[in-house]
Amino acid sequence: MQGRELTGAEIVVQALVDLGVDTLFGYPGGAVLPIYDALFKQSRIRHILVRHEQGAVHAAEGYARSTGKPGVVLVTSGPGATNAVTGITDALMDSIPIVVLTGQVATHLIGTDAFQECDTVGITRHCSKHNYLVKETGRLGDVIHEAFHIATTGRPGPVVVDIPKDVQVAKARYARPGPIQHKTYRPRVKGDRAAIEAAVEMLAAAERPILYTGGGIINSGPGASQLLRDLARLTGAPVTSTLMGLGAFPAGDPQFLGMLGMHGTYEANMAMNQCDLMLCLGARFDDRVTGRLDGFSPDSRKVHVDIDRSSFNKTVRVDVAIEGDVGHVLEDMVKLWRARACKPSATPEWGARIAGWRAKNSLGYRQDGPAIQPQHAIARLFAATRHRHPIISTEVGQHQMWTAQHFGFEKPNRWLTSGGLGTMGYGLPAAIGAQLGNPDALVIDIAGEASILMNIQELGTATQYRLPVKVFVLNNEYMGMVRQWQDLTYEGRHSQSYSDSLPDFVRLAEAWGWKGIRIDTADALDDGIAAMLAHDGPVFVDCRVERHANCFPMIPSGATHTEMLLGPEQVSGTVDRAAEALV
Amino acid sequence: MAVPKPLFPQEPSERHTLSILVDNEAGVLGRITGLFSARGYNIESLTVADVSADETVSRITIVTSGPRRVIDQIHAQLERLVPVHSVTDLTELGPHVERELALVKVAGTGEKRVEALRIADIFRARAVDTTTRSFVFEISGSTAKVDQFIELMREVGLVEVARGGVVAISRGAEAR
Repeated sequence: MQGRELTGAEIVVQALVDLGVDTLFGYPGGAVLPIYDALFKQSRIRHILVRHEQGAVHAAEGYARSTGKPGVVLVTSGPGATNAVTGITDALMDSIPIVVLTGQVATHLIGTDAFQECDTVGITRHCSKHNYLVKETGRLGDVIHEAFHIATTGRPGPVVVDIPKDVQVAKARYARPGPIQHKTYRPRVKGDRAAIEAAVEMLAAAERPILYTGGGIINSGPGASQLLRDLARLTGAPVTSTLMGLGAFPAGDPQFLGMLGMHGTYEANMAMNQCDLMLCLGARFDDRVTGRLDGFSPDSRKVHVDIDRSSFNKTVRVDVAIEGDVGHVLEDMVKLWRARACKPSATPEWGARIAGWRAKNSLGYRQDGPAIQPQHAIARLFAATRHRHPIISTEVGQHQMWTAQHFGFEKPNRWLTSGGLGTMGYGLPAAIGAQLGNPDALVIDIAGEASILMNIQELGTATQYRLPVKVFVLNNEYMGMVRQWQDLTYEGRHSQSYSDSLPDFVRLAEAWGWKGIRIDTADALDDGIAAMLAHDGPVFVDCRVERHANCFPMIPSGATHTEMLLGPEQVSGTVDRAAEALV
Repeated sequence: MAVPKPLFPQEPSERHTLSILVDNEAGVLGRITGLFSARGYNIESLTVADVSADETVSRITIVTSGPRRVIDQIHAQLERLVPVHSVTDLTELGPHVERELALVKVAGTGEKRVEALRIADIFRARAVDTTTRSFVFEISGSTAKVDQFIELMREVGLVEVARGGVVAISRGAEAR
């Protein structure tokens, strides 16, 4: 066998170097000490010490989403691995390529309930794309290379490699493997030609087409975003996007309808309902997008492009399914459209209808008086930063939806949010990961006061690595989205949704060496934002907003796209039991 | 009280036999059964054994039931698993052979004992163990045949049953 003889720990480090890894997010512990010692002796990989393993995984996700490269995590056995589980599940739900290396007790101790032992491969089996328990040092190099291959190809996702301590200590030969030809895992990249031709014919014959785009376009790479623009231009079709897909199509483009779904725009949801042809590109008909299924876009023919065959007909039946990378399929569609000299198919009548819906101005709000409307805060933040194309992360809740509605993204990889799992505490570590991957970018975590507390300890990570991350908290003293649902469904009984005993965020941030700013009134908003941007280190802004604002428009539980609530005056306070049972 | 409706309420349930070739490695059965439990799919029968000369590939045979769209989902979800080589829906494929093996213990004396032997003869079941008061019969055949045999044995002194689950293979010369 070729290669040098190395310890397992040295093989881990060398394999990561060979794979081009420059940043590693982790937290040491007993079962990974050999790997930490190997890291100590080298300078090719920068290790970022987080304050909690969940933060390591979200930071790796933020790094991956903003750079397009896989994020890498190193944690110890037992609690190190279990603390990582939320992040691993988050990456699975949102198809984010990460590799998580976990320490494990020595092989002869596995199954004995040893100190800091847990069944990591058992626990992560269904929240990872794939996982490994490596029992021989000789297999370690190949497994790590294969793990990166699986994490980054096909539908991306998290891959876990569990490495017992004795495997890290033992020696074996390591040589960089050639291109990986996996014997069973062969994701399809090119779409079926006949299906693509059928899709182009349907698109050309449509009168009321719509492009429904998702995170698959971002995952496919910047080329796919460009091709989406080309196809939209050629067909004249309006474009709407899922939460995950924002930035793939420029928010300022006249053909863009905004986000669709539960908190999407009126025009996006009405156009989805009334279209005669829906082209779904790298999205998966999530329940937050479709609303009640039996009323979802009843009169359209549907084409679905997805790299994951299991996404087809899962909840919504489609007429044409194209399995493949959405970038490649878009390229074939654009070529075919041009070769056949097809004309834009969207009719003026369709455009007029959309303009009518747009005129509702469903995202409108009134900012008057000293209290800051949360939408206004986002709008002013957008206005002050848009020329810098900032990377925005969020936590989960009202602030996340308001940001999706009121912050315009012109480019992909600038928008980092937990969509599928809806993980509060995601935004700060994700912003840290994004800042490390993009040292010169402006990175802002737009947060809520409840979410930010879930991983507040990561303020220390930003301080340690001198990361100029900004945290902009819309503080309404409520778990706002929980309270909103209580207003809608439980006659305003606010059970446990008040954020009591909040810290003084400014002093808390200052205790970690951050600059802290409080903004209390609308007339102080622009100056506060300017002060945040003027400081070259990390800044925490506690922006006190109107406490009782709710997020509209909204498709309530069990309703269809045409039954949107446009404002608080349409809220009755109760729903029937069937709708209550839906999340 | 209003109950949320199932996703595909109007679609009839179908019984399908899936034949899955997988890497013979630790945890692979857990991936398959975990997929079924996590996504709420039914397993009516599951068998697994190594089927390759070098002990690297196992065949898992699963009998499942559900609306057609759920069966298609199961097929696609199984194919997504990294150690899965192939998934064949034998019910969809058409002609195939399904067999199940059962060991059936019956105890009794006198006329019941004679009747048990008579029924076993009709079903071509073999006695693989006997005492003066009991038999263990080995029976193989379709699931329906095995069910029927066990039902009849209840009347003549059934004690306990061990069933092997369904194994299945396509007809004809080719591997599918």
